[in-house]
Amino acid sequence: MSQIHLGKSRSFVGRTIWNLSRGMNFAALAEDSARAGGLLQSVDPRIKVVGTLAVIVAVALTHSLVAIAGAFLVATILAALSRISPFQLARWVWMPVFLFTGCIALPAIFLTPGDPFRAGWPITEQGLRTAGFLLMRSETAVSLSTLLVLTTRWAHILKALRVLRLPVVFVVILGMTYRYLFVMLEIALDMFESRESRTVGVLEGPDKRRLATATVGVLLSKSYHLSTDVHLAMQSRGFRGEVYILDDFEFRRADGAWLFLFFAAATAVVWAGR
Amino acid sequence: MHIPDGYLSPSTCATLYAGATPFWYVSLQKMKRRLNTQAVPLLSVFAAFSFVIMMFNLPLPGGTTGHAVGVAIAAIVLGPWASILAISVALVIQAIFFGDGGITAIGANCFNMAIVGSLVAYAVYRLVAGRTPIESPRRVVAAAIAGYTAINASALLAALEFGIQPMLFHDASGAPLYAPYPLHIAVPAMMIGHLTIAGLAEMVVSAGVVAYLQRAEPALLKTTAPGASINDAPSSTRPLWIAVAVLLILTPLGILAAGAAWGEWVPEDFSTPQARRQIAAVSGNQAPPAQAPAGLQKLAAVWTAPMPRYAPPILKSAQLGYILSAMLGTGLIVLAFLSGAWIFTRAKQ
Repeated sequence: MSQIHLGKSRSFVGRTIWNLSRGMNFAALAEDSARAGGLLQSVDPRIKVVGTLAVIVAVALTHSLVAIAGAFLVATILAALSRISPFQLARWVWMPVFLFTGCIALPAIFLTPGDPFRAGWPITEQGLRTAGFLLMRSETAVSLSTLLVLTTRWAHILKALRVLRLPVVFVVILGMTYRYLFVMLEIALDMFESRESRTVGVLEGPDKRRLATATVGVLLSKSYHLSTDVHLAMQSRGFRGEVYILDDFEFRRADGAWLFLFFAAATAVVWAGR
Repeated sequence: MHIPDGYLSPSTCATLYAGATPFWYVSLQKMKRRLNTQAVPLLSVFAAFSFVIMMFNLPLPGGTTGHAVGVAIAAIVLGPWASILAISVALVIQAIFFGDGGITAIGANCFNMAIVGSLVAYAVYRLVAGRTPIESPRRVVAAAIAGYTAINASALLAALEFGIQPMLFHDASGAPLYAPYPLHIAVPAMMIGHLTIAGLAEMVVSAGVVAYLQRAEPALLKTTAPGASINDAPSSTRPLWIAVAVLLILTPLGILAAGAAWGEWVPEDFSTPQARRQIAAVSGNQAPPAQAPAGLQKLAAVWTAPMPRYAPPILKSAQLGYILSAMLGTGLIVLAFLSGAWIFTRAKQ
């Protein structure tokens, strides 16, 4: 999947194109990264799904900032061993999460009642701790889930979700949604780009709104017709409502060791925060 | 509104997963029964559509832009149950693949946006749209209100979930372990953004898309408009005029109310013993000043209404005076609107 290079525009059409292309670029990065031969790429996807989930839950459960920081550090080291550079993580995960959660956590430093951090300072110790919890938990959880996505092909993640006893039909809908997501992204991108290429001058507010809502309307209409076409295609291939997926994962001894490591890490994180 | 990991405690997340599960189950069963083989592609493509429109930057009045969830559109086009599944699938992919919304908070996000959002949007849309034809402008207004209400209901739920965290979960030093702000901060902080920008974005996209579909593809609006016809004549305004007439006839009911309305006094009331007693009664038995305040006396003389206290001087009957005043007032309002519409139309030409 090729990457799209676009500068961030100030017009709403340009910003929408930038958003859509950013989503596609991340998907391209994830596909390429999942195919690279790194450490986590070789682990059974079922183990990675269950293990990552266990560590994320442990990070949510623990009352220790040090334990969360430890999990974050381990995630960063695992990323490096899986050929994912810290710059990529910083660009896709750390900075966006820091900016979003940081803005939310910052006032808590001042507003949370408690003991002053230093005499005469408006910052409280409890405020710093709660802001730390919020920021570290978010950063660590998103780093872990991104690590899973960047080291596992989406089709394999979906198959692995069956381990969590998700209904087969739900997993199939997730898989098809992911596939048609890119079709929809392409259609939306084409519509906005073609409109922008035909626009001379500046659009007024009401015209912009009409353009945006008409684009959503056309996309909706195309979605409906596309779903009918897909349905007919599925029926022509013999689809009668029953859904099957191929489970061809092979559990190896090394995967057992990884499962043990994931659960040991999760237990340690919870234990440290008792 | 996508709640990330770390904002809600695991027990809150588990409760909301448990709360969402029956809705997912019922939705899946209903979809299977209704569409059978068509359910899978329809839900998949619509979930992809929902995902994509969440990425749109919508231009809003005032020059800002916002993102919509598209929950009202999904509920109006697909119905509430299919909408629950389509939006849930979009949220799951956003959380797992793009890190937008936490993995532990998938249940909470689906409960707030996909489940409550879809059900509220559907109920409001059906209630406001009534049985009007597909092309009726009332459906556009209904979609706008449905979108605005749904997104704000979802935001309020999220705010309540945030707000209870510091009450229930904190460490030994008292530091909140998850979302740090109590209800009195979380609710206004969340709602200000949603009552303005996010609500407006949802309102614009819901109304705009329904208006577009009415012109381009009215059949897509049939699912949630049972019995509504396509290409019908515009709905009659007769019931509205009958309701206005009934209200006009009922206006003398105001005379039945005992006592004076607080603050609606005239300078003479301050020198009449009976009126003074009424003022004191509605003011916590606090005696009014001996004379009407100087400012009130001065300003009361600036304008004398032609029909003071809804009673034209020529009429002796108070009831008749009320009805006549109501007719005159309503007539003036209708006249003002018709004149405004005429001027606006002329200006556009």
